[in-house]
Amino acid sequence: MKTEATHSTSLIVNEAAYNLELLPWVSLLDVLRDEIKLTGTKKGCDHGQCGACTIIVDGKRILSCLTLGVMKNGSEITTIEGIANGEKLHPLQQAFIEHDAFQCGYCTPGQICSAIGMLNEAKAKTREDVQELMSGNLCRCGASKGIINAIMEVKGDYHE
Amino acid sequence: MTKLPSIGKPISRLEGHFKVTGSAKYAGEYDVPDLLYGYVVNSTITKGRIKIIDTAGAKALEGVIEVFTHENRPSTAWFDFQYADMDAPPGTVFKPLKDNEIKYNGQPIALVVATTFEMARYAATLIKTAYAEKEFETDLESNLEKAREPKKGLASMLKPPPAKPTGNFEEAYRNSFVQSSGEFKHGTEHHNPMEMFATTVVYEGKNKLKIYDKTQGTINSQMYVANVFGLKMKNVQVIAPYVGGAFGSGLRPQYQLFMAVMASFKLKRNVRVTLDRSQMFTFGHRPPTLQFTKFGADENGKVNAIYHEAIAETSQFEDYVENVVNWSNMLYPAENTLLEHKLVPLDVYSPLDMRAPGGSTGIHAIEITMDDLAYQLNIDPLELRLINYSEKDKSSDKEYSSKELRNCYLQGAEKFGWKNRNPEPRNMKRGNKLIGYGMATGIWDANRLLARVQAIMTSDGKVELKSAVTDIGTGTLTIMTQIASDELGIPLEDITFSYADSAMPFAPIQGGSFTTATVGPAVKASCKALKEKLFRKAKNLRSSVLSDAKFEDVVFSEGFIFLKENAEVKISIDEIFTFNEGKEIKTTNAAMPNPLVYGKKARAVHSAVFVEVEVDEELGIIEVKRAVTAVAAGKIINPKTAESQILGGMIWGISKTLHEETILDDQFGKYMNANLAEYHIPVHADIHELDVIFVEENDDFVNDLGVKGVGEIGIVGMPPAIANAIFHATGKRIHNLPIHFDQLL
Repeated sequence: MKTEATHSTSLIVNEAAYNLELLPWVSLLDVLRDEIKLTGTKKGCDHGQCGACTIIVDGKRILSCLTLGVMKNGSEITTIEGIANGEKLHPLQQAFIEHDAFQCGYCTPGQICSAIGMLNEAKAKTREDVQELMSGNLCRCGASKGIINAIMEVKGDYHE
Repeated sequence: MTKLPSIGKPISRLEGHFKVTGSAKYAGEYDVPDLLYGYVVNSTITKGRIKIIDTAGAKALEGVIEVFTHENRPSTAWFDFQYADMDAPPGTVFKPLKDNEIKYNGQPIALVVATTFEMARYAATLIKTAYAEKEFETDLESNLEKAREPKKGLASMLKPPPAKPTGNFEEAYRNSFVQSSGEFKHGTEHHNPMEMFATTVVYEGKNKLKIYDKTQGTINSQMYVANVFGLKMKNVQVIAPYVGGAFGSGLRPQYQLFMAVMASFKLKRNVRVTLDRSQMFTFGHRPPTLQFTKFGADENGKVNAIYHEAIAETSQFEDYVENVVNWSNMLYPAENTLLEHKLVPLDVYSPLDMRAPGGSTGIHAIEITMDDLAYQLNIDPLELRLINYSEKDKSSDKEYSSKELRNCYLQGAEKFGWKNRNPEPRNMKRGNKLIGYGMATGIWDANRLLARVQAIMTSDGKVELKSAVTDIGTGTLTIMTQIASDELGIPLEDITFSYADSAMPFAPIQGGSFTTATVGPAVKASCKALKEKLFRKAKNLRSSVLSDAKFEDVVFSEGFIFLKENAEVKISIDEIFTFNEGKEIKTTNAAMPNPLVYGKKARAVHSAVFVEVEVDEELGIIEVKRAVTAVAAGKIINPKTAESQILGGMIWGISKTLHEETILDDQFGKYMNANLAEYHIPVHADIHELDVIFVEENDDFVNDLGVKGVGEIGIVGMPPAIANAIFHATGKRIHNLPIHFDQLL
């Protein structure tokens, strides 16, 4: 709803355009979850401490809880709902299922988006690099082994 | 299509697709129309009363619908027992907003309800509270003189009090060839599941609510809401198909449930209350605990005297107890024992079961004391466990229904390479880092409760099963589908396990590693009863080829009922449904342990844990480089999800030993690190090589599936194994948890 306080903001989320009237203090995370109703992006701390809200904005992984919605006017955003190609899962999503890289599933969207962002960055050479560069994404169930195994499997074919 | 049998196969989680695509909906994510958002205000003092709570500023804001405090809270049930849940300790359940009394820091004192989350949160900052403060006590160690016996209650059934003293401990200890004693301190811990605690209440008209709750028991939450708000059970439906981790924190209805229901009921609107991360630290935690051990052994290493005392924190209103001290005599058959467990009531919220409650505390002390005995005796720590091996639970004087712990020791040691250990501390090195090998034993109860399951077959031959049980990430959905698949002879694809809805048949709270052993047999029983129904109908078909057959003579497979002896003699399920005029065939069945027999044997899962640590004394870094856990937990239905449970437990063990603790500042009575940056848990970079072995264990006593449980056993042996490895690496015996590098200086 447009009011004196709102800002017209257009976001492209998972290739769909959204023209929104946003209050300036609403985080991008809450815009996604409450306005656009894409609840796949998770809130685990709302303070940039857990990584559950990681999304990909203009090709880079960011924490949507530390970003205001109005800051990303015109940006292209990919959330977990936009990672698969229609019914066909992204290889990393498939690898997560096969390696049992989650239990409760709550950190999973952030882990997957973060891993795709990390692979795009192309900095990780070794398993240890991947562990280090994924350490902003907490998993309380303790699915680390499966998560890193899944990423390592997909990483092999990623750049070539 | 998956091949049968399905039990024993590493089937990937059936809900996996929903979890990796973001379509799995958690409690605070349901899109309901005209939703109001609640935000909770918490007390900033620890003890006293509210003199004035001024909500005018908050109420004046546009978009704020109502502010609830103790002054305008709608009335609820009168009697204490009406607030009790399935996991309530003896005492008086805390009632949110009941009166102006403050019992602990962070106690909820108001709920703001507004049209947006941001407005509710902002309005909450405008509430002005004046308190009359009282003196409080929140420190365990300076209040030990208040330690007393815990009250007993219903909860004592699953958490038995310490066994009575046996023999003469004092004399046996005094005369022991070697003696080891220790004092152990554990700090407070909070569950911190990744999902925030949330409840979404859909107001469905007068006195009827549909509730999406973060819980480990849909019926537990339903019962609580119905009792507290005076509603009929059938008018309260609680749904929780996806739970973003819980680890015990969802075993009791938490106050966001009360708040959301109260507001919805009063305002006749749909309401969501989501607690933030810091508010997760305002209900339930693993209690800080002090322990004292004294073990004595003879010259051959036989442990003959055991003393184990625990003194733990509880609240002023409930006596939370856990089984800390009963494990030693279940493992080691000493003849002279003295076990005690006392509580110190403090001005904190009641502690709450947290993954392996009691076990992960007590076994730490026991297994470090055993390691110390081994060093004094100059016996290998593994050998000492084998010297004291028992097929019996000495504490109850009962045989174990099964116990493959010996094979856990042997297979774990082999895989780990324990024989390469040089027993001398500080003697193994890698570069400038010290290497240590440590081992420990793990044990946890194998319990079972009552559950009911409905099985429904439709004319297409597909089967739906229904149970109120949750799946908190344990793999329950997948495992139950596997059990049904094998029992019915139907592929997984043709079975739907519907769950996590209080309107479905009864299941208890999901905890204590008893879910598979409780709901699994009920799934099996209802599937068997469904087959019997089908078989009776097959016999009654006109000129049935099975008219003379007995149920024991037939098998169900691929849409037919066959004679075992002659597969040519068969009747198709299609034919039965044609005769049944296409109507579905259904049955609801209960399964529970036979009370006359169940108590006759001791039942437990066991593990042997082997750990390698690397200690950098210059930089003060301790890392668990490798760990092997060998587990004997009966039949493993799904090795993939079961392994994940054990790995998760092992990582919890690393966390408990080296990372996590909630720090309470006794000047304020307040937790100082109530966030995920300062409450440390391991990140991916902290986790190295972890391996799990499931040792074969056959047990036809525990239940007809032979399953025990794997939720807890992964954590229990890790803390002592790591601490023992640190001793081996550094020569420093550290008794307190968590171990930080300053203790190594």
